[in-house]
Amino acid sequence: MATDRERKIRVMVAKPGLDGHDRGAKVVAQALKEAGMEVIYTGLHQTIDQIIQTALQEDVDVIGLSILSGAHLPICEELIKKMKEKGMTDVKVAVGGVIPNRDVEKLKALGVDAVFPGGTPFDAIVEEIGKIAGER
Amino acid sequence: MGVAYYDKDEKDRVIDVTYQSGLKVKPVYGPEDLREIGFDYEKDLGDPGQYPYTRGIHPQGYRSRAWTTRQYTGFGTPVETNERFKLMISHGQTGLNVAFDLPTQMGYDSDDPRVAGEVGRVGMAVDTLRDFEIAFKDIPLDRIGVGLTINAVASIMLAMFQAVAEKYGYKKEQISATPQNDILKEIIGRGTWIFPVKPSIRLIGDTIEYSMNELPRCNPVSICGYHIRESGATPAQEIGFAIQIANAYIDNVLARGYNIDDFVRRFSFNFNVFGNLWEQVAKFRAGRKLWAKNIKEKYGAKNPKSMFLRGLFGGGGYGLTKKEPENNIVRGAFYAMAAALSGAQTIALCSYDEAYTIPTPHSALLSLRTLQIVMEEVGLRDTVDPLAGSYFIETITKQMEEKIVEEMERIEKMGGMAEAVEQGFVQKLVAQQAYKFEKDLQEGKLKKVGVNLYADESKKEEEVELHEYDASVIDQQIERLKQVKRERDDKAVTRALKALRNAAAEGENVMPYLVDAVKTYATVGEMTGVFREVFGEFNEPRII
Repeated sequence: MATDRERKIRVMVAKPGLDGHDRGAKVVAQALKEAGMEVIYTGLHQTIDQIIQTALQEDVDVIGLSILSGAHLPICEELIKKMKEKGMTDVKVAVGGVIPNRDVEKLKALGVDAVFPGGTPFDAIVEEIGKIAGER
Repeated sequence: MGVAYYDKDEKDRVIDVTYQSGLKVKPVYGPEDLREIGFDYEKDLGDPGQYPYTRGIHPQGYRSRAWTTRQYTGFGTPVETNERFKLMISHGQTGLNVAFDLPTQMGYDSDDPRVAGEVGRVGMAVDTLRDFEIAFKDIPLDRIGVGLTINAVASIMLAMFQAVAEKYGYKKEQISATPQNDILKEIIGRGTWIFPVKPSIRLIGDTIEYSMNELPRCNPVSICGYHIRESGATPAQEIGFAIQIANAYIDNVLARGYNIDDFVRRFSFNFNVFGNLWEQVAKFRAGRKLWAKNIKEKYGAKNPKSMFLRGLFGGGGYGLTKKEPENNIVRGAFYAMAAALSGAQTIALCSYDEAYTIPTPHSALLSLRTLQIVMEEVGLRDTVDPLAGSYFIETITKQMEEKIVEEMERIEKMGGMAEAVEQGFVQKLVAQQAYKFEKDLQEGKLKKVGVNLYADESKKEEEVELHEYDASVIDQQIERLKQVKRERDDKAVTRALKALRNAAAEGENVMPYLVDAVKTYATVGEMTGVFREVFGEFNEPRII
């Protein structure tokens, strides 16, 4: 439970795949930092395996993905599959980027815990990340 | 238009106006303002077509030639892209700007396991020359200039473009390609980098040197302030950083023993248009002047054409909103007008559905029509630089010039742009500003209609017709790649790749070797693989 923990919420902000648009990832990373969370930013061009490995090493509460290429569905499907294989059932997943509203439910059905389409305010992101991290 | 800061009193009177680059705007300007800045017509402006080209590079402006309309186009396989090219040309578009998918931009073949889910998504998939043969079939390559939006592997695509043109019976001297080929801005803002900074700049130098000697109508590099601004830079930084990027490429070519006048006239620029109208106009007028001064005074150019800042000024995606997307059509029209008032050579617009996905035929055509309406119906071809002489415009153009020079000096202090980017200095600056911009928008200090002003909270779902990604294209693309590999002469491919490796390792110009390799149907992944082996990969500096 969040109330039991002394450590700060640890969030990874990752750029999976080949998409290089990182303005949103960097801006959200900064906002989460200012809200008092520990942020691990991976940099660009990460494979799913690299993301999982970093998440395990850094012992993060939430893996946040930033995807602007439109490939959010296949990427999240693969991530969640591999997380299950690694037994990372308590790590939460959040996704932001160019995400049409109609895909929000599809992402949640895949097992994504929070979706932040472009334009989501920082406050909403911070609150939601805090909430899902607290559910661990 | 959402980027300047307005302080108002309780009666909605505007008290203070501050532009993104930091300029303060007064309520009234007059002759005393021009006196204060020491305005001198000959020195500060000159006639259109005269140094320092503040008023534009052509004496007759759009009277002698309208701007080129060049929407960014490409998706799926070369088959779909070829159809869309023809559609846009049939509706009067005068140039092409090819969008490549991310695997191609990153130098991976469509069957590479790293690229699953990305093939044909944000642009056209290209693996071999066969794909270019399909994409450019029945396109008049002697008349239509073609932008190739590709950077890390621009040298490969330029070689492929030459090969396809020759295959279709054009002479290499006839064709006009503009590969984007600006790796420093990729590292700052767009992210499709592969190799470390120095070999990347060397590859750009190779393409410039090769074009100078072999492809006289090609513009081997298009320096993009556009994406730097899109990533958070101010308008003054956009111009200042772009000039410093250009200087990094110039220095590479000069070190090969050439003269500035041998090559720099083929440089072109790609800049961003969103935000305050007047700040954009001032930015472009000051930018043209500073580029001319840079080339003449710093590099000693003699040929006036070397001093021309020729540019695609494009309506920027960051000015558009996801909320109430139709509003973006209106924004696009104002951006096109701003670009025209600023003397653009080429104009393109992000389509209104930019925040959702790549454009549908409908939204792409709407953008083209917007450009055509601005050109034909509102009088922007009437006279050159119509805002010249305005007390206000000339004052802020001069102030903008000072701001841009400050930004250029910051980079010089870092030892030049290559160094500044290697260390993450520029990336950090730009990221900090992106954060401030976003915060100011969320706190209501910056206004955006339909987002934080007059927002309709009852509207939850936007009904937008979306471009549908067709996953079946992956199989078609991979099947074509397999077929090409079955049919090609593998020994010739191996020989060509070996020669390419030697040239890359020995510091020889790689372009002739790429042309040879492309013609054997070597794949993009194979050629990039050679460069990866020889050059290694860029290690992104951590800035957060």
